[in-house]
Amino acid sequence: MAFHAPAAHDGQAVFQLPQTQGHVLCCLCGTSIAPNPSNMCVNCIRSQVDITEGIQKQVTVLWCKDCNRYLQPPKHWVRAELESKELLTFCLKRIKGLQKVKLVDAGFIWTEPHSKRLKVKALIQAEVMNGAILQQGFVVEFVVENHMCMDCTRANTNANTWTACVQVRQHVPHKRTFLFLEQLILKHNADAQCVKINDIHEGVDFFFGHRAHGLKLIDFLQSVVPARFRHDKQLVSHDTHTSSYNYKYTFSVEIAPVCKDDLVCLPPKLSSSLGGLGPLVLVTRVTNAMTLTDPTNLRSTAMDAATYWRTPFRAQMSARALVEYVVLDIEPLEQAGGGWGGGGGGNSRFSLAEATVARASDFGRNDTTYFTRTHLGHVLHPGDMCWGYDLANANSVGLDFEAHVNRGGSVPDVILVRKSYEEKRRRRGRQQRVWKLKRLDMEPEGERSGRNEAADEADRERFMEELEEDADMRARVNLYRDGDAAGAVQPPQQQQQQQQGAAAAAAAAAAAAAAERRDIGSDDDDDDGEGLPTVPLDELLDDLEAMGLGDGAGDGAGDTGDEEMEED
Amino acid sequence: MATRCQFENNNDVGVFAKLTNAYCLIALGGAENFYSVFEAELADHIPVVKTSVAGTRLVGRLTVGNRNGLLLPNTTSDQELQHIRNSLPDEVVVQRIDERLSALGNCIATNDYVALIHPDIDKETEEIVADVLGVEVFRQTVAGNVLVGSYSSFSNQGGLVHPKTSIEDLDELSSLLQVPLVAGTVNRGSDVVGAGLVVNDWTAFCGMDTTATELSVIESVFKLRDAQPSAIVNDMRASLIDSMV
Repeated sequence: MAFHAPAAHDGQAVFQLPQTQGHVLCCLCGTSIAPNPSNMCVNCIRSQVDITEGIQKQVTVLWCKDCNRYLQPPKHWVRAELESKELLTFCLKRIKGLQKVKLVDAGFIWTEPHSKRLKVKALIQAEVMNGAILQQGFVVEFVVENHMCMDCTRANTNANTWTACVQVRQHVPHKRTFLFLEQLILKHNADAQCVKINDIHEGVDFFFGHRAHGLKLIDFLQSVVPARFRHDKQLVSHDTHTSSYNYKYTFSVEIAPVCKDDLVCLPPKLSSSLGGLGPLVLVTRVTNAMTLTDPTNLRSTAMDAATYWRTPFRAQMSARALVEYVVLDIEPLEQAGGGWGGGGGGNSRFSLAEATVARASDFGRNDTTYFTRTHLGHVLHPGDMCWGYDLANANSVGLDFEAHVNRGGSVPDVILVRKSYEEKRRRRGRQQRVWKLKRLDMEPEGERSGRNEAADEADRERFMEELEEDADMRARVNLYRDGDAAGAVQPPQQQQQQQQGAAAAAAAAAAAAAAERRDIGSDDDDDDGEGLPTVPLDELLDDLEAMGLGDGAGDGAGDTGDEEMEED
Repeated sequence: MATRCQFENNNDVGVFAKLTNAYCLIALGGAENFYSVFEAELADHIPVVKTSVAGTRLVGRLTVGNRNGLLLPNTTSDQELQHIRNSLPDEVVVQRIDERLSALGNCIATNDYVALIHPDIDKETEEIVADVLGVEVFRQTVAGNVLVGSYSSFSNQGGLVHPKTSIEDLDELSSLLQVPLVAGTVNRGSDVVGAGLVVNDWTAFCGMDTTATELSVIESVFKLRDAQPSAIVNDMRASLIDSMV
């Protein structure tokens, strides 16, 4: 008998006898095997026990043809593609008895898509007879039966079926808020469950199949705009046996009728509760809260929707009343710490300045000038154009405004609102934008009183200009590269390379062109387009549909476009 | 020949019976079936005794014995001891022993010449085993199991041990016992050989589940194919004659 060499272990010699595993005869067939818990060879165990016993081999699943979803009882419908991970998960869940064994592997066996059969090959392990673990593969056949889901049934019986309607309204004469909202909705995919969207006067209606979906949109709206809502329901049908009620829900969402750039005269109470802010303030930013800024001292406050709706106010003057001014002189007012006033309303976005302006329409006719304080000290320069409210000549009404005047409150002649790029845009001419926006699929509802295509177009144009001018606003929406216009402007690096390549000749030509332009053109330094706010190309997203084919075409167009620009 | 039988639908016949070359103990059961199987095979040659041990039916597991003697645990009642003494031949010494490990059948495996015992059994018990059963005693394990009586079963002809017994252990045990050993199973793959099988030099009884393969292993290792009680006498006579000549 052979012994191992003694292994020194804690000073003691331990002898280990080598153990050679013997063989026993399989108790059924008599083949010589290594002993195992059941002392049977694998084949005999296979023949003796079927671990797939008790596992369903044929399962019927219900499938909705219209929406390609499978019924997960009791009433959940799962969307799954053929041979997808989701479908496999679904199928395995449906097999009864699979919980008792350990599933090792599973996969689909290909079946003809029209065969209405799914075959899943599963490999399972189970403990049999005294702890031997047996592994066995088997195939489960799923019979796919057509069964239309409730949603599709409802949709098919009446295509325009909805249970919840969210009516979003803003009582202002323009639609810019909705244009912005549209982009926000698109970016956050908040319209995913919409059945239908109607574009109507002063608002948009969203229709949903479920009340919860409507509420979800309302939640979203409340997170992006100052809005309040009320809801109503109408009983459609009622089953006394199950005491189930079928309602149609209508949510009326009202967005605060105050937009960016509006001039607001705060009610005296509100003004004093805000620490004597204003009362003549500009709305400089609207999210789910609105930012009110006093242009004469830069104090500002963010007013959330709840506060607004406690003491709602309307715009004293809004974008339509804007008048174009020419800045004759501007004198920045330096303040220690950049803030002004005791309310802690220091505002780094603006800087206070005193400006002498004249109405653009008066320019060259009379010498009427106005002296005003403005918050636009950081953007305005002498000679610039800007938009403002002409309070001196305006026919201002409104209880709050009158109260303010009656109390002897001062009303400036002019309140400047924002810089105007109108002249530059005009000079540059109408150039196609390199970006575009996606649109919601909205149906115009009925005849639109008081509004027409031109007004819509103007709103839209203004909205896009606003996007160009305001980076904050731009950051909240998705802008897409316009495949058609991509040729006009190219990504900066590419352009640079090409310019380097074109080098000398081009440079000479460009210099000449620039000189010429200066002769013909304006007295200011701006080239056309320069100084005009544009969207940086790196902020643009590739349109999904354009990505595939846009590249090659874009490059080709890009070359020609570049040359054209240089020749200009 | 090896015979398949069941004790009240239980295949572990070794629990309910103790078989030696000189006598056979059978548990008192509800049905006569088990007893009659043994009686049919053995009654002509050796006494088949129905008894309980310590009030239980676990006759095979609680007792150990061979041709020379029978050891009973200290839980055995006086009546049982008396009954067994009366039933067994006079030359068989019946003794009750004080051993902590009272399931003697599990802790001791023996034939007429050699016994394997549980490594932890008392020194006194070891001496009694040697004296009463007239055997050489070895403290051993079978495939790492201390319950040598449960995991092995041997006669003077051969032995069956736990299927996991390594070849080295098998060689060692075989050289101790001086009989051929084989690792194997009874009752369709059960490794509790001692419980599934009772055997003496010419016959064996195993559980009803025992397969033909297992049965053939048992028959060949215990040399039961042509074994008759008289065959031994013939063998011995032949060897005696050999030695005399």
